[in-house]
Amino acid sequence: MSSRARTTLFLVAAAGLAVILVLGLIDLPPMGDYRGPYGYVVTQVAVYERHATDVVNAINYDYRAFDTLGEEFILFASVVGVLLLFRPSPNQQGEQEQQKGGDLEDDEESLPVSDALRVSTQVIMGVMIVFGVYIATHGQLTPGGGFQGGVILASTPILIYLAGDVRAFEKITSSPLVKLAECGGAGGYGVIGIIALLAGTHFLTNYLPLGTTGDLFSSGTIAVISVVVGLEVTGGFVQLTQVYLREIVESQLKREE
Amino acid sequence: MMLHLSYFIAGWIFLWGLYGIVTSKNLVHQVVCLAVLQTSTYVLLLTVGYKVGGTAPVFADIPVGTPVVDPLVQALMLTDIVVEATVAALLLSMVVKSNELANTVDPEELRILTG
Repeated sequence: MSSRARTTLFLVAAAGLAVILVLGLIDLPPMGDYRGPYGYVVTQVAVYERHATDVVNAINYDYRAFDTLGEEFILFASVVGVLLLFRPSPNQQGEQEQQKGGDLEDDEESLPVSDALRVSTQVIMGVMIVFGVYIATHGQLTPGGGFQGGVILASTPILIYLAGDVRAFEKITSSPLVKLAECGGAGGYGVIGIIALLAGTHFLTNYLPLGTTGDLFSSGTIAVISVVVGLEVTGGFVQLTQVYLREIVESQLKREE
Repeated sequence: MMLHLSYFIAGWIFLWGLYGIVTSKNLVHQVVCLAVLQTSTYVLLLTVGYKVGGTAPVFADIPVGTPVVDPLVQALMLTDIVVEATVAALLLSMVVKSNELANTVDPEELRILTG
């Protein structure tokens, strides 16, 4: 099919879809007129039942924890897929390196990194790690949780790379701890659920002591699952940055030697 | 009609994302279009869960019973944002492989199947 014919076909179909969407959406309750019972019920009971003040995470890691387990494994499978696609194949490697070596040294000068960027990175880095850990561990109390905290933590190696410290970036991202965090995070979620089964209750039941509402160690498994998810997201994203930057980092390291 | 505006914005973003995917000449552009398309679900979910006068569903400093927006749709959304980023990474790695193996990132030219 020619691209013009396809565009025409799409525009006709999209116009039809738009009409159906308008007809369907016009009868929905208008924005702000919330009617669903679920939101009312869960905001009334979550704080008493689970001792977690952030209801969003009470839903994520408790009421709908099974759903989040699935989401977490989509993330895990995507990261594994990227690692699989970018695995170095033995017959390509030699010829690629020859190509790269020639190309990069001619075209790409390593850009100088200003002192201001280097110093401010070192200052911000500590703050970011503390902030990431804080977000990941306080999900049950305030907005945040494992997903958000993990992404903040995983962006620190990128900052190190941008500041020009390629050696430190390589050292951090290729550490076995990264893989351990990813796999341990993914597996830990399942293990927390299975312990509930062994104890004779339902999968992913909140079986830990709930503690006092508002304390850091409260809300039972919600806090634990949040931390475990944080580990997995950190490990996953750090590995993604590592494989995407691997070729550039390797050639830079070679040039430094 | 005006109160339904954000539903229509969600539909509008969805259709533009779809248009980009259909007419795209570059696989990287296509992945970005998919990300745009996906943001329409965020607008839709926020609209569904919003309540006039409602605040964030976090009871750290407000008493239980204060009117809040629906936390369920927010829980769905926050996992989706992170998961979408990794799925985009997976798709982009396929684009890199397509460029290596077929020497093209134009979906039109990806016609040959090789073993």
